[in-house]
Amino acid sequence: MAERERRMTRPTGGVFVARSRVMDADDIARATRRMAHEIIEANSGLDDVCLIGLQTGGVPLARALANALAEIDGDDVASTEVPLGRLDVAFHRDDIGIRPTMPEAITDVPFHIDDKVVVLVDDVLYTGRTIRAALDALTSFGRPHAVQLAVMVDRGHRELPIRPDYVGKNLPTRHDESVDVTADGVDLGELR
Amino acid sequence: MSDLLSISDLERADVEQLLDLTDHFVEVSARPIPKVPALRGKTVVSLFYEDSTRTRLSFETAAKRLSADTMNFSVSTSSVKKGESLRDTALTIEAMGIDCIVVRHKSAGVPWQLTRWVDAAVVNAGDGWHEHPTQALLDCYTLRQKRGSLDGMHIAIVGDVKHSRVARSDIAAFTKLGAEVTVVAPPTLLPPAIETYPVKVSHDLDAVLPSVDAVYLLRMQRERMTEALLPSLREYTSTYGLTVARAELLRDDATVMHPGPMNRGVEIDGDIADFDRSVIVDQVRNGVSVRMAVLFLLLGSGSDLHNAIPASESEERSA
Repeated sequence: MAERERRMTRPTGGVFVARSRVMDADDIARATRRMAHEIIEANSGLDDVCLIGLQTGGVPLARALANALAEIDGDDVASTEVPLGRLDVAFHRDDIGIRPTMPEAITDVPFHIDDKVVVLVDDVLYTGRTIRAALDALTSFGRPHAVQLAVMVDRGHRELPIRPDYVGKNLPTRHDESVDVTADGVDLGELR
Repeated sequence: MSDLLSISDLERADVEQLLDLTDHFVEVSARPIPKVPALRGKTVVSLFYEDSTRTRLSFETAAKRLSADTMNFSVSTSSVKKGESLRDTALTIEAMGIDCIVVRHKSAGVPWQLTRWVDAAVVNAGDGWHEHPTQALLDCYTLRQKRGSLDGMHIAIVGDVKHSRVARSDIAAFTKLGAEVTVVAPPTLLPPAIETYPVKVSHDLDAVLPSVDAVYLLRMQRERMTEALLPSLREYTSTYGLTVARAELLRDDATVMHPGPMNRGVEIDGDIADFDRSVIVDQVRNGVSVRMAVLFLLLGSGSDLHNAIPASESEERSA
């Protein structure tokens, strides 16, 4: 579950009130294309690369990345589509029993991840705990050759030794702020 | 913390929430390693005062796939044989630090009684003739998986309704989700106040079969047949058993269900049990996922079925 949903879930959550727009739709599209280029460069192509978006905020971003990868890589690799999966990490979170935890949306990984390069995709990277849960969840699907991480916004405040490989934007924030990522843009604001 | 005691306690929304949650555990069960750490550190005890294969194994598998620890209690090898009371047994088990008791007992109401004595969550796995809520949930889930929705379905429940906790829970669950239920049984196998149930009653299976979307065959419970309610099992089979000839009356898309264990050749012909419209194996498979959903909702989700418990009862418990 992405930060946005988790923070808005009762009883801790509230209504997001935007204060400033950090990225608009064009910025997001450019960042997505750049990250797609970086993924191809880092892996010397797209052989064995697959994308898994984290429910729910990471899923549309993973789809956008897959589209961008297909556009860039289209001519030389006979437009092989990158396998695209969706993962809900609710059952793997470390705060089960501390805060209400329910799965938000379906998990669907319709391919084998053994010996693949799995790129996890999420909208906002914050404490890193969602990613830890996702790494744990991946082990029940197989043993990837490598796991990489792509996020649209890295807002800092990590609580675990986790770092992203591909970042749309580094956005310094305070703990009491909140970041909202949609297809229209990225907003910085507060939960009221 | 809350409990799952009966279907009648639940609102339609609660049942639907459990069925929606089950989807996630069906996905987990299909993974190469079908196990999640959601209930790590929790302990689930099966307290079975009656014989059971599938329910007990199903709950145990469900708990293990959620990474909970399981303890098993079987009456024949326990201090119950030395005369220990239900209350003392429950308190002893609870003193070991457990989070959930899955209980089956020959007397109706035992799960309620347990909730007054222990703080652990109590799940009813069958109490006498009264209720078997997780069976009803898995039946609803199986029908939903097959047909999309129970709204407007016509379901026939056939056989020994009088002694059947499965029938009581199923009637409550099916009608709650919008299905129409007809019970088909000889008069001697109907409960005394059948007119108070939200069902139609028929004694003619052949007349009912052509119009049903699903036919649910109950097990002839020979161990509960203390009175002479039937002339013979063979006569029962000839009038109420789903024989190959009788199955011809079913629509092509009708579903055949049975809670198990089957008496092949009594309420269901052996060949029907294995034919393509029967979902009996799906029922067992879904049972594990449904019970994962129940255990996760009670022990892991942080939300609970609290709203579904009548206020009077929760007051009594906190008092």
